[in-house]
Formats: sequence, C-alpha cells, structure tokens
Amino acid sequence: MGAAIGLLAKTKEVPRTRATTESWLVRLALIALALTFLFFFLLIPLVEVFQKAFEKGLGAYWQAIQDPETRSAIRLTLITAGIAVPLNLFFGLVSAWAIAKFEFRGKNLLITLIDLPFSVSPVISGMIYVLLFGTQGLLGPFLVEHDIKIIFTPVAIVLATIFVTFPFVSRELIPLMQAQGREEEEAAMTMGAGGLRTFFKITLPNIKWGLLYGVILCNARAMGEFGAVSVVSGHIRGLTNTMPLQIEILYNEYQFVPAFAVASLLALLALFTLAAKGIVEWRSNKS
Amino acid sequence: MAPFFRRRHRVLPGFGLTLGFTVFYLSVIVLIPLSTLFIKTASLSWGEFWNVIGSARVLAAFKLSFLASLVAASINTVFGLLVAWVLVRYNFPFKRIIDGLVDLPFALPTAVAGIALTSLYSGNGWLGSFFESYGIKTAYSPLGIVIALTFIGLPFVVRTVQPILADLPAENEEAAACLGAGRLKTFWKVLLPELKPALWTGFALAFARALGEYGSVVFISGNMPMKTEITPLLIMTKLDQFDYAGATAIAVLMLVVSFLILLFINLINWRTHRILAPR
Repeated sequence: MGAAIGLLAKTKEVPRTRATTESWLVRLALIALALTFLFFFLLIPLVEVFQKAFEKGLGAYWQAIQDPETRSAIRLTLITAGIAVPLNLFFGLVSAWAIAKFEFRGKNLLITLIDLPFSVSPVISGMIYVLLFGTQGLLGPFLVEHDIKIIFTPVAIVLATIFVTFPFVSRELIPLMQAQGREEEEAAMTMGAGGLRTFFKITLPNIKWGLLYGVILCNARAMGEFGAVSVVSGHIRGLTNTMPLQIEILYNEYQFVPAFAVASLLALLALFTLAAKGIVEWRSNKS
Repeated sequence: MAPFFRRRHRVLPGFGLTLGFTVFYLSVIVLIPLSTLFIKTASLSWGEFWNVIGSARVLAAFKLSFLASLVAASINTVFGLLVAWVLVRYNFPFKRIIDGLVDLPFALPTAVAGIALTSLYSGNGWLGSFFESYGIKTAYSPLGIVIALTFIGLPFVVRTVQPILADLPAENEEAAACLGAGRLKTFWKVLLPELKPALWTGFALAFARALGEYGSVVFISGNMPMKTEITPLLIMTKLDQFDYAGATAIAVLMLVVSFLILLFINLINWRTHRILAPR
C-alpha cells in the first residue's frame, strides 16, 4: 500500500465566494496549525539528517563516505536497484498490456494479487524467502545438497527487493492504459504495423510519463528498503550490507557522523525522487 | 457454460504471451514465496500455534502494535484532513513545495527516518530534551513509537482526501449558505459526510502501514520486551533465534489482520461507488 495515489489523481482549484470560504482569521489559524504540524513532522527530521551528517565538518563527512565498507554498501545498493528496477519495469509493461488491452475472467483477482506485496509487512516479505531458501526452509535440503547459498547472499537481497517493489510500475500503468483504451493501437494494427512497432510507436509514447513515475517510485523503494532486506542479509560487512543496513550498523555503534552521512545520501535520493515526481506530474498534466 | 477466456476476434497481438509471463513472474516472485508461509503454518498444530500467540510477550507486542498504530492513524486522520483542506482551499507561499514534501515519508527510507527521529527525540536531542524537561520520555517509550508511526503514515490521509475535497462541487456549500448554515455547520453536515469514505480509507491505509512498519520504529522504540517491542520486531527476533515456527505463527496472524483491513477498504469503496452511482 506504499503509493496510494498515482498520476490519475489531480487536484484543481475551485473559485470561492465569501459565503463558501472562511474568515481570514480562521484561514490563517488553520494554515498555521497545518504548517506547524508539517514543520515538526517533516521538515525537522529532514534537517536533522543533514545537520548531524555535517556536524563535524566536511572533512569528517567525506571521510565517512570514503570508508570501504560504506563504499561496498553503496555499490550493493546500486547493483540491487539496477537489477530489481528493470525487471519490475519489464513486468509492469507486460502485465499492463495483458490487463489493460484485453478482457478476460479473473482480471480483478490478478490486479489484487499484483498489489499484494504492498499489504505485506516488510519483515514478512523477507521472512518468506528464509522459509523458502533457508537451511531449514522448503528448498533448504536441496540447496544444501547442491551447495547453493541464497539466504545471506546478495541474491536474497535482490529477490526481497524485487518482491517489495513488485507492484510500483504495473499499478501505475494499468489504470493509465485502461483509461486510454485500445483504439489507437487497433488503428495502427489495421494500417499494417506489427505488434512491436505498434507498442513502441503508439503505446509507449502515450504512457511515458506514467512509466517514468512508476520507475522513480520503484527505484526509491528499491534503494531504501530496510526491513525485508534486513531479514535475508545476514549483515556480513562489506558483502551483504546495503546502504540502509550500513546505517543501522553504524548508528548502533554510536558512529553518528558516518551513519548520518550515509543517511544524507539516501535523503538526497528522497528529495530527488520528490522533485522528479513533481516534474513528471506537472508534465503529464500539461500533455 | 461460457468458455474460460471469452473467444472473440482480437486485433491486438500478444495476449497469451503477456498474460502467461505475468502469471509466471507473479507466481515466482510473489505467490510461491508467500505460500511457504501457509505451508509452514499447516505443519504447526493448533496447540503449537496458540502456545506462540498466547505467550505474554507476543500478546504484549500485539497490544502495543495495535494501540500505537491506532493512535498514530487517528492523529494522521485529523491532521491529514487539516493539511488536505489547507492545501486544497487556501493559498500561501511555497504551497507547491509543501504539497510535494507531504510525500517525503513515502520517499525517505525508513532507516533514515528512524535514526533522524531517534536523534531528535532522545534525551540529548533538541525535541527530546524539551519534553524531558517536562518529565515526558519520548524516545525509547511507546510515545516514540507513536511519533515514528505518525511520520510514516502522514501522506495516506492527505493523499486520499485531497482529490475528493478538490472535486466537491461548490454548489453544495452555496446551497447550505443560502439555507442559513454557518461554515462550521456546513463543514459538519455537508462536507464531512462526503469526505467520510476517503477519511476511513486513509485511516485504514495508515493503520495497516503502521502495523507492519519496522525500519523507522526499531531505532526509536528501544526494543524492550513486554514494554516497547512491536510485532514485526518480535518476528525478527524469532527468526534470529531460528524459531521459524514461532515467527510463522505471528506472521500469519499479522497477514490475516492486514487482509481484513484490505477487505474493509474495498468494502468502503464498494459502498461509496454504490451510493454515488446507483444502478
């Protein structure tokens, strides 16, 4: 249930008359109350991350990022997202094509099942892979016999990440492609274009903003996932730690500047995600 | 009987291929791993299951998770409505940026939120020391858990209420004003009933997210068994001790609860659609 709202939700301004709005005093009070709430719950934690990261100056910050274990955590996070996001992007396109362009029974069930990972707690998302691939797990004896290790390796981290980011692209594309119908594609096919050509020339340009939106959200979650990855990682330093896991280790060792330095990189990613999201929303409203 | 797939002439290609791949990938990534949970549960006897669920530590964790999530989701409902209202109805500087920032809890990794909130609310953090001077302990207490859960659930109510509020026709309020209702009365009698389904949906989404939340809570809660240990953490502890049966029992119960919440949300949507568009 991560991203409750997609591109289809837009807000528009309603012109107000005196009878249908509040006095300026009430307006001011409500705005002040809302902004105070947002100030304490959103802005202050964000500022705290950067303030703590730079508490001991730029040098300490830079040194923290240069640490080999931190470096390898950054590398693993990039690799994980680099595998999980394209796979889920491909799945999103394929599933949205099947669901939005054709009629078949059980469609609603399929959509519900695709959304399933959003309603599963992150810890449980990781745990199911332990139950499947762990030494005591369902496939455990088979894997031990063939000397294959999945749990406590980067493979498990990638799998858990794919699971938690699974619905992002498809849940963005399905309503969008359903709303667009199939007339344009059918026209292209009738005029003799092949299936792939129709997809690349007609469908893809129509959905590009929705696709980008889904990918941005998918990537943010892939790089920031903590609970699910924590269960399957085994926390082997320099090997199976992603950036969020590295933050946990550093923080629990009271290495606050390094912990917040890594955190500040992820906070920058979050700010970049929000900005990109805003731009995509604005562009898709315009077109 | 109608055939499973309605046979009709299709102009567009790739139905079998794309649906086949969708079902295959869904099965490999989601359904098969998730089914292991139920296979594992089936290997437990009822006695074993109740032994785990009924233990004092598990009950305490469930109680804490429920209460903290309930409080956080309620705070989010009240303030979410307020934020949505202010963003839709009024104009003020930096409104667009603030609107975008509301999604921060979705975008910010939970571990980052966790350490930031802990550092703010711990005894030597600047908010924590403020509360401590009044004798209120925030971090490492249930209050800290509520703070973290309020943070991560913040966007849900705002984002479910915002589009509904923006689409409400002004005529309803004009009519209420013509009939002599003040703004407060119009809000209670005209606007709030219209917003209720969205508010409930947002509340349920925030509540469900809070129940399963792990990353932002583990840092601020202090993780004391019986006192500040939430359910997802208890699953984690049991997994670390290779107590897979215990972890599974708790996880299945949590899953059932989240499905009930999902069902509740669908029920609200179904009722709303039926009222708005009677056949």
